Amino acid sequence: MGCTAADLVTAVRAIAATVAEHRVELIQLDRAIGDGDHGENLDRGFRAVLAAFEASTPDSPSAVLKTVATTLISKVGGAAGPLYGTAFLRASTAVKDKAELDVTDVVDALTAALGGVVARGKAELGDKTMVDALDPAVKAAVGDTVTEALAAAADAAQAGADATVPLVARKGRASYLGERSAGHMDPGARSTALLLRALAEVAAS
Amino acid sequence: MSPRVGLVVVSHSAALAAGVVEVAAQMAPDVVVVAAGGTSDGGIGTDFDAVTAAIERADSGAGVVVLYDLGSARMVAEMAIETAENAHLADAPLVEGTVSAAVAAQGGADAAAVVDAAKEAVRTEAELITADAAREPGSAEGDRVVAGAIDIAGGASVAAATQGRLEAVVVTLTNEIGLHARPAAVVARAMTGFDALVTVRFGDAKADGRSVLGLMALGARGGDEVRVEATGPQATEALRTFQDLAASNFGD
Repeated sequence: MGCTAADLVTAVRAIAATVAEHRVELIQLDRAIGDGDHGENLDRGFRAVLAAFEASTPDSPSAVLKTVATTLISKVGGAAGPLYGTAFLRASTAVKDKAELDVTDVVDALTAALGGVVARGKAELGDKTMVDALDPAVKAAVGDTVTEALAAAADAAQAGADATVPLVARKGRASYLGERSAGHMDPGARSTALLLRALAEVAAS
Repeated sequence: MSPRVGLVVVSHSAALAAGVVEVAAQMAPDVVVVAAGGTSDGGIGTDFDAVTAAIERADSGAGVVVLYDLGSARMVAEMAIETAENAHLADAPLVEGTVSAAVAAQGGADAAAVVDAAKEAVRTEAELITADAAREPGSAEGDRVVAGAIDIAGGASVAAATQGRLEAVVVTLTNEIGLHARPAAVVARAMTGFDALVTVRFGDAKADGRSVLGLMALGARGGDEVRVEATGPQATEALRTFQDLAASNFGD
């Protein structure tokens, strides 16, 4: 079964709920090695996305992703705005003209999202960023169905986020800390894992 | 008068952006410099919509150069530039870069030259000595080189200025603040217009006559004497202009 615009709206609502639930955790992760605003910013961004859905319901998966992208770019206020904004924007472009997304479309969207994050943030694998969760997620996204592929991606993303703990940050605010950034999970990698987990759970339900 | 390049200052903090704009505007009265700092609810962060609106306001027809402070400000600036007509990112230290860009824009430089001026706002002392030695063979030894020289690209060519007779005048500064911010900008703008290599010496320090920050860093105040040297086809005119400017207290 494919993923329709309505399914995707449900999935984005689940992401918003997850972000709200983990807001304090993300703030604490970011406070340890960054400026402490990641949870706050992301929560504000996804609350604005929900408000945008109230104002008008996008009628295609691509339009849903574009609404998320433009809202996050305008409302987040921190690095997560341009990074997630670009990710959702590239994903939107990747599934243009599709009424329903099959497993290949979902992998296309995830791949495009990763390309967007890398292009915008100029981070590489191992820099202790979102890329360390999203890159393994894209590589792991295989299966016969959207549900299987997203479940594998979400597992790999969390493993990737966990693996950021010993890393020394080379991008973003945490890079100013140098060696002292080691010993903490990257908040961006963690939020990426949370987003993919929420998508996987909606797909499985 | 043809339109000048406008500037946008993107910062996580509204107060920081406004402060940088204030400093830059003092040096470049005819350049539109717009602050885009903080989030729409007054918090710390960057606001894509505000940056986009600032770029529109800053564009008088000659394009816009955008400067930024940290991390997400760069990304937001890049995204805003991608959707704008004629906007360019300057990867430069925020305060020095904005001041240098503003002075270059005031002098009528095009957008690419304004970006270059911002980027070259801060060079290391070693780079300055190297650049200096390359332009004036044999004259750089033993001099303390004042950091912050900028070449305002788009001004008169200095290719011909590297050769020829060295002329010099000694000028007493009669205005109270000496070669401080606004007078330094007046001098730098004027010297940019000549096909001459102009050097201002104060004590054992010296600065490129086209460098606002270099001239300011000399620390020459009212009552101080500076020696102004020039080489090149328009050396005489450049020195006479410097004397005229000093005699008029740099317009103060």
